[in-house]
Amino acid sequence: MRKTSQYNPEDRNIRLYEAIFKLVLKGAGVIMVTLLVALLVTILWQSWPSIREYGIHFYTGRKWDPVFKEYSALPFILGTLATTLLSLVIAVPIAISLAIFSGFYVNSGFLASAIRTLVDLLAGIPSVIYGFWGLFILVPVIRKLELSIGIVPYGVGILTSSIILAIMIIPYAASIGRDVITMVPNDLKEAGLALGATPFEVVHRVVLPYAKSGLLSGVLLSFGRAIGETMAVTMVIGNANFIPGSIFDPANTLSSVIANEFAEATDPLYISNLVHLGLILFVTTTIIGFLGRAVIRRWSVNR
Amino acid sequence: MNRVAFRLVKDLGFRIYLVASTSVLLIPLGLILYYIVSNGITVINWDFLTSLPKPPGVLGAGISNAIVGSGLLIGIAGALSIPFGVAIGLFLNEFSETHLASAVRLCVEVLQGIPSIVIGIVAYLWIVVPLGGFSAVSGGIALALMMLPMVVRATEETLKLIPHSLKEASLGLGVPYYRTMIKIIVPAGANGILTGVLLGVARVAGETAPLLFTAFGNPFMTVNITQPVNSLPLIIYNFATSPYPDWQQVAWGASLVLIIFVLGLSLLTRTLIKR
Repeated sequence: MRKTSQYNPEDRNIRLYEAIFKLVLKGAGVIMVTLLVALLVTILWQSWPSIREYGIHFYTGRKWDPVFKEYSALPFILGTLATTLLSLVIAVPIAISLAIFSGFYVNSGFLASAIRTLVDLLAGIPSVIYGFWGLFILVPVIRKLELSIGIVPYGVGILTSSIILAIMIIPYAASIGRDVITMVPNDLKEAGLALGATPFEVVHRVVLPYAKSGLLSGVLLSFGRAIGETMAVTMVIGNANFIPGSIFDPANTLSSVIANEFAEATDPLYISNLVHLGLILFVTTTIIGFLGRAVIRRWSVNR
Repeated sequence: MNRVAFRLVKDLGFRIYLVASTSVLLIPLGLILYYIVSNGITVINWDFLTSLPKPPGVLGAGISNAIVGSGLLIGIAGALSIPFGVAIGLFLNEFSETHLASAVRLCVEVLQGIPSIVIGIVAYLWIVVPLGGFSAVSGGIALALMMLPMVVRATEETLKLIPHSLKEASLGLGVPYYRTMIKIIVPAGANGILTGVLLGVARVAGETAPLLFTAFGNPFMTVNITQPVNSLPLIIYNFATSPYPDWQQVAWGASLVLIIFVLGLSLLTRTLIKR
């Protein structure tokens, strides 16, 4: 015979289990908060020697040279800004047109799901494989380009990293953009079409003005993601610790210098400086992420 | 040309532009898959999957230790992040309106946004420094930190969709609250949670940055979690950036294995979602 269990509401054990269960859930919540606070404290604590030693000079110096104990984040901040901004310049137009195409023109049917699968596939390829591919396929192409316009043919550098980064962030930006564009009310689009506007005019005069701030936050979130991207950039940026002069120069980003040097750093101050770079990364990506999500949240609540 | 025709031409032009820029996206995807498959397929065979990496110039190199290491790291990450993440998801769902819940939501959001290399630094400072050396467990913890937000999100979103009547029916039949949650609500959302877990695994399986100074890499086979281990992304990174052509060949093969695993997992997840 199958054993049946009965529950007596007066049973003390059940009350106990119930209390334990709720305690476990709340405990998980408390641990989560503690974990994040501990994470932040660890990073701050470990970068403190570097902050104390270099202060503002860490952001104004021109060189990062561990051999002579000269440390400045400026070359990497500039390298990060150059690569990410250039990659946005490449990625944003493509991502927005992809978002318009799949959010407005074909939002159902075979083609729509094909595009969605394609975007998902691109988003699923690991960073290190993009870097590997870039190193063997894109670098020789860029090198030829550099030879043909008569500059030093490094092959690796800011331009190469930006192209790889752009390919990596297009799927992300496009899927946010598509969500934003699908949220534009159908009434508005249909009203536009019913008045005799062509689809292009509806996109231009109705959809884009309406979705403007949502799209902006998508760009912002992609920017944050591009800043933190490590492996692909590390493999194709050329790892040069000086302030880049042009987009064809090798450089280093905040994340790529950490990836390159952290395992080899032995001097405690050297490690602290690298953690300090991590702190800069953490703070900027968190602020950008907050801004992006705040804009998108306000946007979707107001509509 | 009259005005209407001009407007229609403009519309057509825009459509062509959209189709063109969508196809532009196809080019890199096609190229990447083409190079990985065509280079990888020539090195992959049974020996490649079952033998150890060799010094440059020695024939018969393989990636068995990287496959085992990746499995080990994903196993540690999953064992830590799945129960914890599901518990947090349950908490967020049950105590949705409390101050603690909004604090937890904020923390999960911030954790999700932290660049993977910073997670690597934290795992290094927390685990590698006290243990005195690189280890599989530190790499697994780094990956667990990356997986956690995805598991929490998936659990919370799924549980939100489960009808209240189900919970009320169970409670109405006199089943205690904790049993209702464990036996009714969580199993009802199992599919959604599983989807989140699989997506999380697909993501961390390809992560390299947090492993560089935690799991570190190891030319030998080991299942000892206090020792450094190799993993597929690590072997790709180390061999791809090496100057030896035969190591680069191994990296192509490892890339193909990794991409089959990751894309296969995400396709599997998509079919799960559709169901």
